[in-house]
Amino acid sequence: MLFWKLISSSFRSQMQYSASFLTLCIAHLFSTSIYFLGVWVLFDRFQMVKGWTVYEVGLIYGIVHIGFGLGESFARGFERFSYMLIQGDFDRVLLRPINPLLQIAAHDIQLLRLSRCIQGAFILGWSASHFSFAFISIQTLVIIFSIIGTTCLFYGLLVIQAALSFWTTETLEIMNITTYGGLQTGQYPMSFYNRSFRLIFTFVIPLSCVAYYPIAALLQRESIPIWAASIAPVTGLIFLYLACQLWHIGSRRYHSTGC
Amino acid sequence: MNGYLAILKMRMKTLLQYRTAAFAAVTTEFFWGLIMMMIYQAFFSSTTAKEPLSLSQSITFLWLGQALIQLLPWTIDKELEAQIKNGNVAYELVRPVDLYAIWFARALALRLIPTLMRCFPILILAGLFFGLEPPVSGQAGALFAISIILALFLSSAISTLVMVSLFWTISGEGIQRLLPNISLLLSGLMVPLPLFPHWLQPFLSIQPFRGVLDIPCRIYTGVIPIDTAFYFLGFQLAWICCFVWFGHKLMKKAARHFVIQGG
Repeated sequence: MLFWKLISSSFRSQMQYSASFLTLCIAHLFSTSIYFLGVWVLFDRFQMVKGWTVYEVGLIYGIVHIGFGLGESFARGFERFSYMLIQGDFDRVLLRPINPLLQIAAHDIQLLRLSRCIQGAFILGWSASHFSFAFISIQTLVIIFSIIGTTCLFYGLLVIQAALSFWTTETLEIMNITTYGGLQTGQYPMSFYNRSFRLIFTFVIPLSCVAYYPIAALLQRESIPIWAASIAPVTGLIFLYLACQLWHIGSRRYHSTGC
Repeated sequence: MNGYLAILKMRMKTLLQYRTAAFAAVTTEFFWGLIMMMIYQAFFSSTTAKEPLSLSQSITFLWLGQALIQLLPWTIDKELEAQIKNGNVAYELVRPVDLYAIWFARALALRLIPTLMRCFPILILAGLFFGLEPPVSGQAGALFAISIILALFLSSAISTLVMVSLFWTISGEGIQRLLPNISLLLSGLMVPLPLFPHWLQPFLSIQPFRGVLDIPCRIYTGVIPIDTAFYFLGFQLAWICCFVWFGHKLMKKAARHFVIQGG
């Protein structure tokens, strides 16, 4: 409940400058949509790729962007976590009788970034309208599971990136390969990539389990039964759980750097 | 002139400090390049029609773009932005130098140094293992070099104009968010411009951002034949003149009647 309180206080503080907030939202909406333009340009020229049409890829694109957008909206605290460590501000967090992980998650929530979700949802809706999915159906359920799994996965990656600062103090910029690189990779079907890439994005970072396999099964692109595809996004939840465990291990060995 | 060169040199020395950040950025850009390379391979494997760019040309475009990514006018000078916000720019206006030229020199350094630090590892790796081809001919290579220098100036002129516009907008957060994406798309870094739909080509071929990356890449890969290359170098030069003229004029106007913020 405290979490909601923190969220609403973030919300109110950002709404103080509502006009500026709106302009920024529109700018952000536009700038994240550019990604889809990149996908669309290639499909406009090539029509079909390995049996995938732009609408089918749009489903995956939408899910990945909604998941990433939701994840990064609540991750400002993790992004700035290494500054927190350097400044010694984390000591203050530890003093409060609330789970530190929760405090960092609720720190400075970026409502602005939700416009990436709006963009993703729009593409998802537009793509889905080209298929005859019933609104209440197994398909919708799989898509919802998939969005939840993707959100958890990206959030887990951001938690890991922050948790590694317990060891390195500085943020490991290299980890951006997994977050932003994951977003870039996840926009297209996994079958586009070579074997070693697919293995990494299935067994190390289970991106293909949360977004690709569920949709591929829906569209009967991969020979996986639909029930298996609909539980595959659970790997995202497991990933987030493991990321939190890593965080706890890290926080146990924390020594203050503050001055 | 010496004063402006000294500023360029000082900025270069400062920017050279950020070597670790450059390493991380190179890795990310390289990874992005690998993903895009596989995506292009997938797209080209499903077509038999003749495209305006071949697969190997597209991959060369891609790697040149990844190597020269910092040449794009996508960031503005943070220090100058802070000066405008806190009002310290007033001191700058007092100095007996042309402020536009100073800002331009700083913009040049801001584009040049990160590019120099980051381009070689990517060019070497991609050239050896990942399908970056050498320029189609020696002449094309030489013209490419000229075109890259023009691209550097064009990019600096664009970002300096954006800087000057901050006198009016102050925060510039909106433009800072849009500029990277506009330049990403219109320079052809995201998808090479020749692959864009046919009906968009008339617009794409006259907008200034293509001078930052698309024209050098086209000369390099021979999409623009050598005998017409000079026309395109002229195109770049014309846009540089436009941006410099307009930026300079706007700066003069700003200096005459703007209100200093802060204090």
